[in-house]
Amino acid sequence: MLKLPIYLDNNATTPMDPKVLEAMTPYFLNHFGNAASRNHPFGWQAEEAVDYAREQVAKLIGADPKEIIFTSGATEADNLGIKGVFEMYAGKGNHIITATTEHKAVLDTCKHIEKLGGEVTYLDVQPDGLIDLKELEAAIKPTTILIAMMYANNEIGAIMPIKEISAIARKHGVLVFTDGTQAVGKIPVDVNKDGIDLMAFTAHKMYGPKGVGALYVRRKNPRVKVTAQMDGGGHERGMRSGTLNVPGIVGFGKACELCRLEMEEDTKRISKLRDKLENALLKIEEAYVNGSIEHRLPHVTNISFKHVEGEGLLMGFNKNIALSSGSACTSASLEPSYVLKALGLGDDLAHSSLRFGLSRFTTEEEIDYTIKSITDTVLKLREMSPLWEMYKDGIDLNTIEWAAH
Amino acid sequence: MAYSEKVIDHYQNPKNVGTLDKSSKNVGTGLVGAPECGDVMRLQIEVDDKTGVITDAKFKTFGCGSAIASSSLATEWLKGKSVDEALKIDNMSIVEELNLPPVKIHCSVLAEDAIKSAINDYREKNGLEKIKFDESIVH
Repeated sequence: MLKLPIYLDNNATTPMDPKVLEAMTPYFLNHFGNAASRNHPFGWQAEEAVDYAREQVAKLIGADPKEIIFTSGATEADNLGIKGVFEMYAGKGNHIITATTEHKAVLDTCKHIEKLGGEVTYLDVQPDGLIDLKELEAAIKPTTILIAMMYANNEIGAIMPIKEISAIARKHGVLVFTDGTQAVGKIPVDVNKDGIDLMAFTAHKMYGPKGVGALYVRRKNPRVKVTAQMDGGGHERGMRSGTLNVPGIVGFGKACELCRLEMEEDTKRISKLRDKLENALLKIEEAYVNGSIEHRLPHVTNISFKHVEGEGLLMGFNKNIALSSGSACTSASLEPSYVLKALGLGDDLAHSSLRFGLSRFTTEEEIDYTIKSITDTVLKLREMSPLWEMYKDGIDLNTIEWAAH
Repeated sequence: MAYSEKVIDHYQNPKNVGTLDKSSKNVGTGLVGAPECGDVMRLQIEVDDKTGVITDAKFKTFGCGSAIASSSLATEWLKGKSVDEALKIDNMSIVEELNLPPVKIHCSVLAEDAIKSAINDYREKNGLEKIKFDESIVH
């Protein structure tokens, strides 16, 4: 039976898989030891559990367990990866290349680096949300030390050509950092095949717990080092001090294992539901998919419904369906989504967007309900929209002098 | 953000959605806001030229729930008022009635501007001078 509310905001966070919780529980109560306690069984058990989880995490991305640095999440891993490289390779150069559609955890870290005397190039993206590889190569200078490019975008799901990006980086002796938050666990990510040197990712976007993530740091070809951003007891081979979150790490490991084993089946089922949702919503007049359709995460779609405003649209069903919008009204900043604007969308279309993120637990019934609910609301709001009326009367909205306020 | 019950009610059952004949001499139209800002309101009044009383009011709004509610409420308040009385409707009374949070005050400002703009349009059509408003964003 259909249970409301329906959760379709899985790019924000996913529910935990019950199997993950099951794996974690003993580490809150019986096995509560500190993984750094070297001289009693409590510590040994905790350390063993962390080692096992490290293997599970590494295996999902084709890495060696020694290359996994546990953090509090992807934001910390983004900070450690980028600031850590900037400090460690200061002798080599100070230039970083990134893209305008990165997550704030990367963009604001880069802004911080600029204040420290670093130089950052922010590449624009094409209308599909992907960067132009020629532009990337042209931006490389002798002082370039790092290319920071997300694996897949959190708003539109567009997948960057990471393999091609790293080939260019290799040629010029530049390191590649990628924010893999949305991609890892959802699509095959292999640090060796993809040529990734550093990668941030997190448990809570792949059915694991919040508060735990990792930074992958390559150990061979080349050996990469980062300067610690957190000083203390020298945990995680000195790169990230702080007592390990053992239950969280155990859950992260389990979540990675489940994703590795179930990814293929999950993807088949979820992408079918996503396509059903998308095709049905595109039957609505003047509805458009934002970003690349070809290079896209299988569980994501971002759609603009022209001439209705996103927050007003959400209000029509947000008691029953959890979604997010690129509309300014839904964010604290009152600016519409900078990602959608970077695609070249007008503010009006950016304001009219909805982001759908499906999960392992999404059902066909939920998708059917969502299609009906959103279609009804769009049609109702268009009846109320002066822009829709003008559009229907053949008035070009660009010819009107709006009073911006 | 949680919406007040009144906002939800206006959103679900908006009053006076529609269009009046904008070419009619008795109809004043105000179109305020901009698509880029995520809010556009069109508010129309129909005035009895003998009594100066607003006999009908309609709106269409592109915007969030609070913008829709503000314009719906404005049309309710306009009907039956004289044009002069209508000029006295200010945004803070809309804020109070709908219990709008601070981030949504601009929705009420927009509704007030839409009222003033519609009245000026009516005045202009009827050979009266436009009223100049302070800090107005009316056009």
